[in-house]
Amino acid sequence: MSHAYTPGLKVSPAADFIRSRTLPIPGEVLVAQGDRVEPDTVVARALLPGNVMTLNLSRQLGMAAADLADVMLVAEGASVTQGQPIARSKGIFGLMKQTLEAPTTGTLESVSKVSGQALFREAPIPVEVKAYVGGVVSEVVTGFGVHVDARGTMVQGIFGIGPEVSGPIVLVGAAPDQPLQPADIKPEHKGAVLVGGSLAPLATLRAAIDAGVAALVTGGIDAKDLTELLGYDLGVAITGDEAVGLTLVVTEGFGPLHMSGKTHELLSARAGNVASVSGATQIRAGVMRPEVLVPHEVPSVEQTEVDTGFMHAGSVVRIIRDPHFGELGKVVELPPEPAVLDTEAKVRILSVTLRSGDRVTLPRANVELVDEQF
Amino acid sequence: MTEPSKQPVRSILATDCGSTTTKAILIERTDEGFRLKVRGEAPTTVEKPFDDVTVGVINAVTEVQELIGRPILDEQGQILIGQKGDAGVDLYLSTSSAGGGLQMLVAGVVRSMTAESAERAALGAGAIVMDVICSNDKRQPHEQISRIRQLRPDMVLLSGGVDGGTTSHVAELAELIGAADPKPRLGSGYELPVVFAGNVEARGAVTDALQQKTALSIVDNLRPELDSENLGPARDAIHDLFMEHVMAQAPGYDKLKSWTSAPVMPTPGAVGAIIQTVAEQRGISVIGVDIGGATTDVFSVFGGTFNRTVSANLGMSYSISNVMASAGIDNVMRWVPFDIDEAELRNRIKNKMVRPTTIPSMLKDLQVEQALAREALRLSLVQHKDFATELKGVRKSRDISEAFNQSGSGNTIVDMMELKLLVGSGGVLSHAPRRVQAALMLIDSFEPMGVTRLAVDSIFMMPQLGVLASIHEQAATEVFERDCLVMLGTCVAPVGKTKGGRPLAKLRIELPDGAIERSISAGDLQRIPLPNGVTARCRIEPAKGVDVGAGKGQPLDTELEGGEAGILLDGRGRPLAIPGDASARVAAIEQWIENLDLYPRDGR
Repeated sequence: MSHAYTPGLKVSPAADFIRSRTLPIPGEVLVAQGDRVEPDTVVARALLPGNVMTLNLSRQLGMAAADLADVMLVAEGASVTQGQPIARSKGIFGLMKQTLEAPTTGTLESVSKVSGQALFREAPIPVEVKAYVGGVVSEVVTGFGVHVDARGTMVQGIFGIGPEVSGPIVLVGAAPDQPLQPADIKPEHKGAVLVGGSLAPLATLRAAIDAGVAALVTGGIDAKDLTELLGYDLGVAITGDEAVGLTLVVTEGFGPLHMSGKTHELLSARAGNVASVSGATQIRAGVMRPEVLVPHEVPSVEQTEVDTGFMHAGSVVRIIRDPHFGELGKVVELPPEPAVLDTEAKVRILSVTLRSGDRVTLPRANVELVDEQF
Repeated sequence: MTEPSKQPVRSILATDCGSTTTKAILIERTDEGFRLKVRGEAPTTVEKPFDDVTVGVINAVTEVQELIGRPILDEQGQILIGQKGDAGVDLYLSTSSAGGGLQMLVAGVVRSMTAESAERAALGAGAIVMDVICSNDKRQPHEQISRIRQLRPDMVLLSGGVDGGTTSHVAELAELIGAADPKPRLGSGYELPVVFAGNVEARGAVTDALQQKTALSIVDNLRPELDSENLGPARDAIHDLFMEHVMAQAPGYDKLKSWTSAPVMPTPGAVGAIIQTVAEQRGISVIGVDIGGATTDVFSVFGGTFNRTVSANLGMSYSISNVMASAGIDNVMRWVPFDIDEAELRNRIKNKMVRPTTIPSMLKDLQVEQALAREALRLSLVQHKDFATELKGVRKSRDISEAFNQSGSGNTIVDMMELKLLVGSGGVLSHAPRRVQAALMLIDSFEPMGVTRLAVDSIFMMPQLGVLASIHEQAATEVFERDCLVMLGTCVAPVGKTKGGRPLAKLRIELPDGAIERSISAGDLQRIPLPNGVTARCRIEPAKGVDVGAGKGQPLDTELEGGEAGILLDGRGRPLAIPGDASARVAAIEQWIENLDLYPRDGR
């Protein structure tokens, strides 16, 4: 067999990125096709129906739901303010009347004739969607939002946390194979997207949060530091909503891992440019990887082997599990027949040459394609 | 869907699109009947750049084609359906859990009654239950509404009230769902399917509350009386709506659906169908467990009653980090005979979480993964026992006070002494390099009692055979018996204690080359080879106070079935006792490894 399918992360100086920016419910689109937008441009807005409070009038007043209409002081659909009387029982011989008050300010949406339950809808909640990335509106999805098109440098990480942010790229750290130190973080990094290092230890992450850094892009993070940072042990990699005060993109994995040469080189070349960064990761169906997007002029979009997902002799791969985790290699052979590993598992393998010149045999499942020079 | 060919079936291609991997099998008619010929696999392609599940299908089928050495795909890379000469296949079928499977919200009036019955219906239909909303769940209505809004399920199952019972509570639940106006998880262009399977007299109120806002279907009450369940109509409705609405939103599903010769079935539904068939055909109690990348499903049939649970975040890749978080590092490491730096172990596990398709290539790495598998299996069985309780779709006479007073809805019906067959499935069990590793993982985690046969799905093809059974039962049965179910052997585990180091039980086993006598002492783990297909008569005489299935101290005459692991005599106790002291624990594990010839001696 001359080739095999294996997915990889996109790391490109000339990629197309189209981002769909839509509301969860219909609303108003605030920009038009062809408009130039910046990351902070609000492109669509909607009003989410307000929160609902309930009050079971039937139970409170001790009467049948079907008879509630006789005691209501407020009609369905009317506005109410918290504490306003909304129903009053007839009492006994006109005495001992019981009055019920609105539990919140909003609208009395309905009173059920079956359950006796009143639903009060609070004021609508405004929701805004920003462009996230600087580009051009290529399509308007009427009532929902837009597609924003841009081209430039795109780096996918393996794991991240935190929401969408943007800021200028600043390189930090001694080298891409050295851990970042707290002292690497400076007050002037407030609002910046910092790039560098093989590892961001907890103290460095805390320093970045204290300095108001927008995002940190680094090679690795220790699992125990992630747990400390989040306050819980992350069981499933579905992230993006964390409110730790920093968006983090890990490019290689857990533990100290040399940031890939190409990733570092591409982001270094864009130092000072505004990058849009998302930590959202979902490693399940509908996979999302964290990303760093830096829009800039590109003559043409680059298509590489990583885009095809097919590996063949000569492809450059990164080893993504021990032994040799993190090392780059060049594929020498993709034998069609399964082979037996040290564990005695019989799996499909490949042979790669490492930078050291050593040739190793690995399960095909333990490599990913990379666009790197070898 | 492709119309099946009218001519006799000669070849069947079946795929299972899992959350991680798409597996393809090719079955062909031979002189000995239908047999599995080859198997291929490829990563599932629901992510960019493909966003199309059929790409993974074609990649897996390409591997099948290369291994079988005849064309199955045409020049455009499409599956050739309708075999002509050596080219193509007669039938193509698929199951799928890609797209995250079916995620449901369940609602019922009383947690331990209608809500629990509704949960069983949803689980039985192959769903992952995201939450159960009920009138007595101690949440305020506004909290329930925010929860419903936040979840974005694929579908809602609303139950509540026996026929002729409460309507107001059911109406209240329907009003909460209506007020939340939940949006489906996938696709914004369609209405959320809601199935109402509650009190017939509440149908009007439910329709008023939900018809304008959701795609409402009404089916028979799943709990028509306090003492009986009727889960079939709700399950069928869920399955139909899953096919019609939810799967249609998964990337590439429309294309996949147009290729297959029968409807695509949810993976857990297909596995459940096969487990029930086995229990019915053999007339025994069975547990099946399918440990996947994201979830672990446990299926059981005890006393003819089928139950399924899904442990949504216990799995060997996407959820592996959650196994560690749920079990704790001490519980994981108690299964391995070496120390490992905790920080390094945590990093390794998180790296598997973010690169879920990688596999261990070093022995210690394999041992750690198998330790995690034991914990995932153990925790999933705990959840299953809690859920598989009395009052399961069978009519049972009890007065109303008993019905209301079901703590956790009665006692579990999962009786490990009654269990006669334990079947494991999923990569970590089916692909264990030595079958005895799979046998010990099942024993350590499920702790079967007395005499229990063990088996694994040889190459994880129960899902495909489940869907095949729906259109070609003969082929499904023949392949299941000959190629799918691999007998590992029989576990004999006495339950009870003796004094003064006396043996727990003495056995006389009539092996093909002569009878042998063995005794099982506390802490023992022994292996007696007995090949697959061979059965040995055995008399087990337990010590006073010890039970092997016939009652305390009562002898048992039985048959022990052979398999790739043989007969495993387990004297380690129930619950299983592992020495607490680190050096004693390592010594015990090393002894068990040696006795069972569990791992290669020269592995790194």
